[in-house]
Amino acid sequence: MDLSRVYDVLIVGGGNAALCAAITARRNGCSVLVLEGAPKEFRGGNSRHTRNLRCMHDGPADVLTDAYTEREYWEDLLKVTGGQTNEKLARMAIRDSAHCRKWMVQHGVRFQPSLGGTLHLSRTNAFFLGGGKALVNAYYRSAELLGVDIEYNSEVRELKIQDGKFTSAVFVRKGFTHEIRAKALIAAAGGFQSNVAWLKQAWGDAADNFIIRGTPYDKGTVLKMLMEQGVKTIGDPTQCHAVAIDARAPKFDGGIITRVDCVSLGIVVNRYAKRFYDEGEDFWPKRYAIWGRLVAGQPDQIGYSIIDSKSMGTFMPPVFPPIEAESLPELAKKLGLDAEQLVQTVTEYNDAVRPGTFDHTVLDNCATEGITPQKSHWARRLDKPPFYAYPLRPGITFTYLGVSVDEQARIYMQDDKPAKNMFAAGELMAGSILGKGYLAGFGMTIGTVFGRIAGKEASLYVNA
Amino acid sequence: MSTLKSIPHELVAEGERVMRICNACRYCEGFCAVFPAMERRLTFKEDDLNYLANLCHNCTECYYACQYAPPQEFELNFPKTLAEIRMATYQKYAWPGPLAGLFKNNGLATAVISALSLVIILAIMLTSATSKSLLSAYSDAEGAFYAVMSHHTMVLTFGTAAALLFVALAAGYARFWKDTSGKAEGSVSFTALAQAVGDVLRLRYLDGAEGGCAYPEEFQSNARRRFHHLTFYGFILCFAATAVGTVFHYLLGWEGPPPIPGVGKLNLVRSLPVILGSVGGIGLLIGPAGLLWLKSKRNTLLADQKQNGMDAGFLILLILTSLTGFLLTAFRETGAVSTLVVAHLGMVMGIFLTMPYGKFVHGIYRFGALVKNAVEQRTMPTLGSE
Repeated sequence: MDLSRVYDVLIVGGGNAALCAAITARRNGCSVLVLEGAPKEFRGGNSRHTRNLRCMHDGPADVLTDAYTEREYWEDLLKVTGGQTNEKLARMAIRDSAHCRKWMVQHGVRFQPSLGGTLHLSRTNAFFLGGGKALVNAYYRSAELLGVDIEYNSEVRELKIQDGKFTSAVFVRKGFTHEIRAKALIAAAGGFQSNVAWLKQAWGDAADNFIIRGTPYDKGTVLKMLMEQGVKTIGDPTQCHAVAIDARAPKFDGGIITRVDCVSLGIVVNRYAKRFYDEGEDFWPKRYAIWGRLVAGQPDQIGYSIIDSKSMGTFMPPVFPPIEAESLPELAKKLGLDAEQLVQTVTEYNDAVRPGTFDHTVLDNCATEGITPQKSHWARRLDKPPFYAYPLRPGITFTYLGVSVDEQARIYMQDDKPAKNMFAAGELMAGSILGKGYLAGFGMTIGTVFGRIAGKEASLYVNA
Repeated sequence: MSTLKSIPHELVAEGERVMRICNACRYCEGFCAVFPAMERRLTFKEDDLNYLANLCHNCTECYYACQYAPPQEFELNFPKTLAEIRMATYQKYAWPGPLAGLFKNNGLATAVISALSLVIILAIMLTSATSKSLLSAYSDAEGAFYAVMSHHTMVLTFGTAAALLFVALAAGYARFWKDTSGKAEGSVSFTALAQAVGDVLRLRYLDGAEGGCAYPEEFQSNARRRFHHLTFYGFILCFAATAVGTVFHYLLGWEGPPPIPGVGKLNLVRSLPVILGSVGGIGLLIGPAGLLWLKSKRNTLLADQKQNGMDAGFLILLILTSLTGFLLTAFRETGAVSTLVVAHLGMVMGIFLTMPYGKFVHGIYRFGALVKNAVEQRTMPTLGSE
């Protein structure tokens, strides 16, 4: 890194979107500097924890089966977001997702068929061989070979912007402060989910009980600086990708292994040992992303997924062993719940279970009758000890509050005019497309598509 | 067979912890056979770990892809953990049991046994070649090296050593097979066996997913696979050379040293032992040297350093065997013949004696694990689904 030079493109952030932007800009002839806030071992932000991207395709295509059309993709997105999306940007992401795999392979990413236990995703999602960290490694390698300058442990503290034009960034590295100038800025530094203080502003004290599934380095400092400099934001600060994960997970960076996939097989109770939502509303892959918010809405932000021995071994094994007991009162005691209430809740539930043919692969006819909340599918009596429980907490993947961008990934200022030389990609702008809800693998699609757009547009600006 | 001593419980505990994490993640399942085999299980007892550890080829792709690798909080080091368990299984299955101690300081043990082997060969030569001078030269017509140590004595000496070696390796294999048979279903079919043999001959799982494995460093390379092929096939060819020579001697009555091609009248058939031995010998010079070179460059974070002596001991012994073999062939009609016979046969004896108690056993258990894997692929489903 040469601090005295003026780089063509400065990229703040070091995950998938940042690297897609860096590689694209470099291939277009720009000099590129990537400032990654994390140390090398933790580079890549949340991309390190990902495993696939959602791809549109009109017929079987390498690792993808069948077809996933633009129409179906768009309808899926419309459903989960309840219309809180930007159709133009969303369709750009969807359409380009059909083509970006080839580019990814050219830059070292390898794909594999969908993982064991995830067959339902084999049609819609292309899995990275080795997961997201392998992808991140491949992109860093490609970027280095192309001559992109990369600095780790480099946290940007100040962005110098005048009249919507970026001039330089101040960053700290190994205890010293440096200023670096660049002709264009691409911000791809993720959401603010690992900034608990900020989460508390949005959620109140409940946020103290949230677990951050991904990188501890996404503190939203870049987002905040951009906001302070008059950039237009989009989205609600409480909206995020949040799943219910094992309460025993580490505060940060627990990743995929902390998920608990047996919610639809049993019941979920809160700290008062009462059920609070239909556990069998729909297939788990379509519902897992609402349970983070559901648990967040419960007292003390805790829930307990309870199953009996009939279900053991029929779901992805969670990393932490279940809490096990031969009877419900014993289980309640181990969980610190009111034993009488738990027995009552389970008895009421068991009595409400109507006979049916259990089949976890379809929306079966095992439902409850006469209780609230109902369990619409896969309702089986909890009567075969041992009983097992997994404690649940809200696990935040990434926040949706972001900067507003257009089809060229240009950042918009509060006066609704695009900034001259500032672009954004990845989670930092995903809120433009994801107002709420989530589709598995869509974050990586947005990052890949808009990372490349930002890289291209920044180089067009520089070369103009 | 008596009950075997378990591997250290800390290794079992760490192996179980690692498998719990990996089985909840499964991102690496495309790399090799170990992760799909893991997914056929929900719990991991010592026998599961012993099997999975020997199925692992230590390609280390998974380490670089791992979001939980150190310094991350979970400090997951899959290749190293499995390497440590693998080493413990070598001791567990060693037969006879008391000799398992040889694995503790294996580099030293290999060196000492090889040195003793030189003495053994010298002693055998001194007691059997009573009337011959060990300082003289003998022409091929006079028997060359057979003049200082008769063919009969060599066959008797190495036949005995080979028999002991075979029994020890077979007993180890049987112990491995029995110990890890807990969850296996079904018997070994011909197709399963053929698959396992194919996996060995191609070194399928040193290919990574494709284009080689992450060895010695992060990015895919086929270097290790190629050097291993040279070593493996070199070893096989040298073994074949000996076998062919024995057939010539006993079945065809072609006694005496096989002719060196290019020296005297060309007879490719009768020179076959020399040709096979030379081609194999080249493999045994380049292959092990290459593997040692890669080892010196590998990422030390992933290596169980306690195994360096064992690995290097075996590789150096292979190189010395090949080197002395070439020297003996070249100088068999000179006065150095006795010295070179002691050197070469001493090294061969060293290999024979240390094979069941050194790096060589990895191939035995790896093969067993690949057979088990091939059987499981046909009989056991992946467990746990979203």
